[in-house]
Amino acid sequence: MTQGSEGTGVAGTLPPRRTPAARLVEALFGVFRTMEVDLRLAGMIVALVCIWLGFGWASNGAFLTARNFYDVSVQSVPVAIMATGMVLVIVSRGIDLSVGSIMGLTGYLAAMTQRIWLTENLGIPTASPEIWIIAVVAAIAIGALIGAIQGGLVAYIGIPSFIVTLGGLLIWRGLIFKLQQGQTIAPMDRNFSVMGGGLSTTGPFGAPGGALGEWPTWIVGILLCVGIVYALLASRRKRREYGFPVRPPWALAILMIGGCLAALGAMFAYTSYPLPILLTQRYAQEHGIVGADAANLVIPVGIAMPVVLLLVVGLVMWYVTTRRQFGRYVFAIGGNPEAAELAGINTRRTIMGTFILLGILCAVAGCIQTARLDAGVTSTGTGYELLVIGAAVIGGTSFAGGIGTIQGAIVGAVLMQSLKSGMVTIGLDSPMQDVAIGSVLVFAVGLDTVVRRRSK
Amino acid sequence: MSMAGKSKSAPAVTQAPLVELRDINVSFGGLHAVQDVTVDLRPGEVVGLVGGNGAGKTTLIRTLSGAHPADSGQIFIDGRPVMIENPRDAQELGIETIYQTLALADNIDAPGNFFLGRELKTRTGSLNDAAMESATRSVIGRLNPNFKNFKTPVTSLSGGQRQSVAVGRAIHFNARILIMDEPTAALGPAETQQVRDVIKQLKSEGIGIFLISHDIHDVFDLADRISVMLHGRLVGTVNKVEVTTDQVLAMIIMGKLPSEVSSTDLARLHG
Repeated sequence: MTQGSEGTGVAGTLPPRRTPAARLVEALFGVFRTMEVDLRLAGMIVALVCIWLGFGWASNGAFLTARNFYDVSVQSVPVAIMATGMVLVIVSRGIDLSVGSIMGLTGYLAAMTQRIWLTENLGIPTASPEIWIIAVVAAIAIGALIGAIQGGLVAYIGIPSFIVTLGGLLIWRGLIFKLQQGQTIAPMDRNFSVMGGGLSTTGPFGAPGGALGEWPTWIVGILLCVGIVYALLASRRKRREYGFPVRPPWALAILMIGGCLAALGAMFAYTSYPLPILLTQRYAQEHGIVGADAANLVIPVGIAMPVVLLLVVGLVMWYVTTRRQFGRYVFAIGGNPEAAELAGINTRRTIMGTFILLGILCAVAGCIQTARLDAGVTSTGTGYELLVIGAAVIGGTSFAGGIGTIQGAIVGAVLMQSLKSGMVTIGLDSPMQDVAIGSVLVFAVGLDTVVRRRSK
Repeated sequence: MSMAGKSKSAPAVTQAPLVELRDINVSFGGLHAVQDVTVDLRPGEVVGLVGGNGAGKTTLIRTLSGAHPADSGQIFIDGRPVMIENPRDAQELGIETIYQTLALADNIDAPGNFFLGRELKTRTGSLNDAAMESATRSVIGRLNPNFKNFKTPVTSLSGGQRQSVAVGRAIHFNARILIMDEPTAALGPAETQQVRDVIKQLKSEGIGIFLISHDIHDVFDLADRISVMLHGRLVGTVNKVEVTTDQVLAMIIMGKLPSEVSSTDLARLHG
C-alpha cells in the first residue's frame, strides 16, 4: 500500500521536471538493460562512430575511405593484441610497463631467426614454409619466458610489478642492441611478412599479399555471423534449460541483426578497397593479362591478415577470460585477493600466468609489427607500453582491480588509433596529437569514474 | 534464556572427537596471539568460542581453516593427526568456514562466489555457469527466499544477502565441520533468526560447528559447550547447562573459572 501511494506521488511530481531528452535517454537505458548489452561498450562504440564521422567531416571524406579503414584497422592490431593481455594483468592488480620492450625484443629475434640463424647458419632455403613457423614459435617462446621471469618475480618473490616491469622496460630494450649490434635486419621472409598486412602481388590467397582477397573475406564475414547467431542461441537455450529468464525475442533479433550487419559491413568496406593501381598493373603483367582486361582489372584487397589474427586472439582471450577457471580466478584476485586465497585459489600461479599470457601476446604483436615494417629494427614497440595501458584503461579496465573486458580493450585500441590517424589526416602536428591523446585518456577515465560512482 | 534442545542425547564421551586442536601456538612477531590452546568438537555439537577483542579466537580458528598455519601444535580429525597448510587442505577434510569478513569477491556475482575455487565445468573444461547458477539458486533460495540478484556483482547486495551467499557456500559442499566467525554480526533480527535456524538444522544433521561470537545470548542459545579465551590463552571449557551467563562473563572478563569466582567478583562484574 505504501509503495503504491509513493508511486503515484512520484508520478505526480516528477514528469514536469524531466525534459523529453532525459526521458528518451532513460527509455534507451531501459531498452539496453532488457537487451542485456554492456552499456560501457555500447557507449565506446558510439564514441568511435562519432570520431570517424567527425574526422570524416573535418577531412572532407578522406578519413572515411575503405583504404583508411584498412590502414587504421591494421595499425590498431599490435596495441589491441597486447591490450587484451594487459587487461588480465591490470584486473589482478598488476601492471606491465615492459610490453613495448618485449614486443621489440621478440620481433627482433623473429627477424634474426629467419634471416640469420635458419638461413645463413643452417642453410635452409629462403621462403621454406618452416622458416616463418620457427621464427614465430621462437618469438612466442621468448615472450613466454620473459613473462614467466617477470611474473615469477612479482608473484613468488613479491616485488611490485611496477618495479619489475620498469626494470624489464630497460633490460629487454637494451638487449636488442646487444644482438647483431642493433643493425636493421631486412627484408623479412616472404611468408612471414604476410602477417603484417602489407600489400604485394603474392600471398597465400593470391593477389593482395597481406590480405585475404574477396571470397575468403566474405567467408570470414559469414563465419562471424554464424558465430554471433550461434552464441546468442546457445546461451539462450542453456538458460531455458535451467528455467532462467531470457531476453525477449525482439531484443534477440536486434542483437543478431545488428551484430551480423556490423560484421558484414566491415567485410564490405574491406572488399571495396581495390589493390592500388601500380600493384594491379604488376599483377596483370605477371599473369599475362593484357589490353582491356588489364585496364578493367580490379582486385579487392579484403580483410587484412593482422586483423584476422586479432579476431582469433580476441576470441581466445575472451574465452579464457569469461569461460575458463583461470579468467575467473584473475577476476577474483582483483576483486578481493584475500577471499581468493581463502577460497583455495593458487593466487601466485594465477598472477604469474597473467604475465606469461601477456608475454606471449607481446611476441605475437612483435611478429606482426616486424612483418608490417618488413624489417627487424631496434625501435619496434618503443612507447607502446603507454598506448597499451591507455587502450585497456579507455576500454573500461579499472586500476583498482577486478574490472575490465577484452572487447573493451580492443575497442579502446581502435579508438586511440582512430584518433591518432584522424589527427594526421587533418594535418594536426605531432605535439598537438600528444596533447589530444593525453586529454582523451584523462577525460575517458574521469567520465568512467564519475559514472561508476553514480551507479553505486 | 532458552535452554531447550538439551534433552537430545549427547554423544558418548568415549567417542573420538570430530576435531581436536591440541596445544596450538601462533605468534605474529613478538606477539603471542594464541598460546597452548586445546579445544575439541564432537559431531552434532556446537562449541561456542568466546572472548573479548584480541583474545585470539579468530587466530585460533584460522589454523583450522588453513588461512594461517599454526607455529606449533597438532590438529586431529576423527582422532587422526592431519596437516592443514592452506584453505584447500581444510576443504578436502570437510572443513568449511564462514569468515567474519565473508571473504567474497565483490566484483563477481553470487554463483561465481558460491563456487569460487571449486567451479563446475562442462565436458570441455569451460565454466558451467548455468549449472552453477542453478545450484546457487536452489541453496540460497532455501536460506533466503527473497534473494533474486543472481547476475549482479555481490557488491550491490545487502549485508543479509551477502551473508546468505557465504552461508550457502559453506553448507553446499557437504561440510562435516563448520566454522562460523561472527555469523550474525552484520544482520538484522529476522536474518539473525534465519542463521540460528540454519545452525540448529545443521547440528541435527550431525555437523560439528565452531561458533565464534561476541553475543553471549547467541552462544547460550546455540552452543552445547563454551570455550573461553583471554589474552591468547584458554580460560576453560564449560558445559552450557552447568553455568550461568554471569559465570561465563566472569571467564571472559576476569579469566576466572566458575569455581574460582567469589561473590565479590560477581558483584564487581555488575558494577
